[in-house]
Parts: sequence; structure tokens; C-alpha cells
Amino acid sequence: MSWCCCNSVCTSSSRQLLATSDLSSIPSRVSNAGLKQKRSLRGVPKVFAYYGLKTPPYKLDALEPYMSQKMLEVHWGEHHCGYVEALNKQLEKNDMLYGCTMDELIKVTYNNGNPLPEFGVAAQVWNHDFFWESMKPGGGDMPKLGLLQLIEKDFGSFTNFKEKFIEAALTLFGSGWIWLVLNREEKRLAIIKTSNAVNPLVWNDIPLIGLDLWEHAYYLDYKNDKANYVNVFMNHLVSWDAALGRMARAQAFVNLGEPKIPVA
Amino acid sequence: MAATASANSLTSTFLPRQGVYGSSHQSIQLRTQKFARKAGSGTITAKFELQPPPYPMDALEPHMSSRTFEFHWGKHHRAYVDNLNKQINGTELDGKTLEDLILVTYNKGAPLPAFNNAAQAWNHQFFWESMKPNGGGEPSGELLELINRDFGSYDTFVKEFKAAAATQFGSGWAWLAYKPEEKKLAVVKTPNAENPLVLGYTPLLTIDVWEHAYYLDFQNRRPDYISIFMEKLVSWEAVSSRLKAATA
Repeated sequence: MSWCCCNSVCTSSSRQLLATSDLSSIPSRVSNAGLKQKRSLRGVPKVFAYYGLKTPPYKLDALEPYMSQKMLEVHWGEHHCGYVEALNKQLEKNDMLYGCTMDELIKVTYNNGNPLPEFGVAAQVWNHDFFWESMKPGGGDMPKLGLLQLIEKDFGSFTNFKEKFIEAALTLFGSGWIWLVLNREEKRLAIIKTSNAVNPLVWNDIPLIGLDLWEHAYYLDYKNDKANYVNVFMNHLVSWDAALGRMARAQAFVNLGEPKIPVA
Repeated sequence: MAATASANSLTSTFLPRQGVYGSSHQSIQLRTQKFARKAGSGTITAKFELQPPPYPMDALEPHMSSRTFEFHWGKHHRAYVDNLNKQINGTELDGKTLEDLILVTYNKGAPLPAFNNAAQAWNHQFFWESMKPNGGGEPSGELLELINRDFGSYDTFVKEFKAAAATQFGSGWAWLAYKPEEKKLAVVKTPNAENPLVLGYTPLLTIDVWEHAYYLDFQNRRPDYISIFMEKLVSWEAVSSRLKAATA
């Protein structure tokens, strides 16, 4: 069954799920999975896992004037919410996929390039979470410390990186995303374009920044002027703090400092 | 001093212009290619031109706003045509008809750079002509017979067409097409710039489901857009006329 676009107005129930779950001690921003207990006729509780809609780490008007409140209301409140609801609906029919973390779910449903029906919505849920966290009010400027060093090492200069990133964004055709990733195998940074819902997790790379280039991400504010949107993202929205944090965490998995020891 | 040779009119499967703009043309003319001869250099360059939709930009209100047309036709469609011209200028692709260009640059599934612009230029022209003011309603005549034969009923066809349009993930198009080999109608959905020409089918009707086609009017409510398209915008005349040309 192919992916179905969610046409129902997003209900408030999915946004309130985390508040009413048994895991109320966990800050709702961190947990992306909730558990609900339902008593069957025999009184034995059945447990259903589901995903909840995370709120962006800032108010919906916080990115004005670069990304309007209206834009966020529709993008987060309708599209992102719609993906979450569609995912939960699809998972209802497939208990094989229950209980996965989002990362696992994406890799499993990607199915090595032959995606299962749940992949599109699952990946889009993750992608949008990542996107909100790739931005911040008063964003832009430059990365600092180790991340800046890495960018300079792998791209020559920050300016060169920025140029390449923008060029990649402008040459992406159709719907998709642009990512700055840490390539696990090559142990270097890279800029990656993906179509539709695909994200670098499927290749086991570590994303640091994600930019939504589906038209719904910018149309209300920028109409067809994609170049303006991408430049504004780089100059005023991108959260290098978030990227630095992700980079630091990535170093627990990728050893960047290891010297090359020649084998005799 | 550039002397412009007379326009080379191309036959295509698009419907004759009529109605709003006055006289109807005998020949079906979609694209005019102007051949400009530069004095002294002997170069001939063909340029595709952006044609306006066959109705004023506010004629489809309130179902498709003139604001949408301002951007969709005035910016998106225009950019595809302009960029296509830049891409083919002076290359061996210069001078081909748009349909030939699409097939050549599709390159059996490994598309060349000009494919996206060529196909999108064609797709959008086809799309404007798939709609008309006070459109919608139901098909009739031979078209309705074929729909009933190949889908069971008109309602089943509508359901299938709407589902294809709604489930095309990301950007793309949904089509009613005629398969010449099987002599049957089919509903097809294509991603990004692809169209049924590359599959060897004859397109009869299309709906643009790139988000830019409906975002200003409907935001994320794609199913509403699709329903309005079917109920108020489709030009069954255009579809019938294309079917006639395909089965002639």
C-alpha cells in the first residue's frame, strides 16, 4: 500500500499524547515514543507503542522574519503532524515494526533501497524533527571550535563550504533535503542531496545539519524564490550550536583523531 | 541585424485555441519556434517561447487563483522555458521539437541535463490546456465509452485518478493516458518531471501535484485541490480532442 497523504486536520490528541503517557517523568521533548496501556476484555493490558509529535525548540514565531509563524504553523502543525499521524496509523497494521526507535524504524523500512510503505512517513517524521533542531532564533553566523576546524579541513574554508551547500540546494530537482553529514567510513564531512524522504541514516552516516527543500518548507514565505530561502537559512537560521553538539556526540562513534599507522 | 524567419508551426496533440481569445485556429499550434538568423554568422538558433494559458489568469477563480497563476505560470513555467533555451542553445539539441527533445534527453531512464526543463515546459503547457473556466462535469461520447470500458465506470476512474494524484509522494504528476499498443486507457503517476511520453503512452489529461501547484490556494490540503480540479476545472473537451487525435 503506497503512502497516503494525510488529509485530516491534525488533531490535538497526538500533540497531547506525551503529556498523558505513563512516561511523564521524561521531558516530553526528549522522548519520541510513548506507551499506552489498554485493557482488553480479559483485563490483561495490551501495550501499543506509538510516536508523538515533538515541538520545535522555540516558539512558532521565534524565527520571524526569516521563517514566518504562519509557515511554521502549517509546516509543523499540518505537514509534520500529518506524517506522525499517518505513521501511527500505518504501524497499527504492522506489529513487526512496533517498539523500534525512530532510527531503527527508518533503517528497517528503507529495506536497502527497496523501501517499505512506512518508510516515507517514518523518515519524514525524523527529518522534520531534525530540521527544527537544525535552526534557532538568531541563527546563522559561523560554526566554532572543532566543527569549524573540520569544515576548514574538509572544504578548505567556511566560505567554500557555504557556497557548495547553497549550490547543492539550488541544483536539487523535485522534493528533497540537503545535509551536512559526517561520513562514517571516510571520516570526513560531506554535503549530501537526498530525494523525497531519504536521509543519511540509511547509509549509516551522521547528519549534522538538515535543510528541508520540499516546496512546502518555503512556499508561503518565499514562493518560487528558493535561492533567497536557502541564503536566509545559512545566514539567519542554521544552528551551528546544534551541529556542534551533534559533532561532539558523533565522535563517540567515529574516531577522527586516530593517526594512520602503517602496516609492516 | 537579425532577420527573423517566419515561425515554424508545429502540430501537436494540444487542442485548438478558441473561445476566450477569439478566433479558433485551424492548425493545432502549441509552440512557435522562432528561427533567428544572425547576419554574417549564419547561425540559426531555435527558441522555445512561453505560451500563455488559453484563458486569462483569473478565469479559474476561485478554484485556482490568479495569484497561483502569477507564480506557477509567470515564474515556474517561465523559468523552465528560459532555462531550457539556455541549455540547448548552440548544442545539437537545438532545433528539435519539444516532444523529440523530451524523448532524446530522457535517454532511456538516464536523463541528460536538459530533460527536466524540457519535460516540465511540456508538462505545464499540457496542464493549462487540461483545464478551462467552468470546467468539471463529466465526459461524454467516445471518451466516456472508453472510460466505462477500461475502468468499469466513470466513478471508478475518478477514484483511481484521485488516488494516484494523492499518493504520488514528493513532486510529480498524475495522468490519464492512452496506451496505443494495448489500445486502452490507464491512470499513471509520475515523479518529478517524468511524463507518459517517455513510457510510449499518449497523455490525455494531467494534474500537477508539485506543491507549488496548490500551495498558495490549499497549503497541504492536496486531496481538496484534487477534488476541486476534478469537479470544477477539468476540460473534458480537451481530453476528448486528444483522444480523437490519438485514436485517429
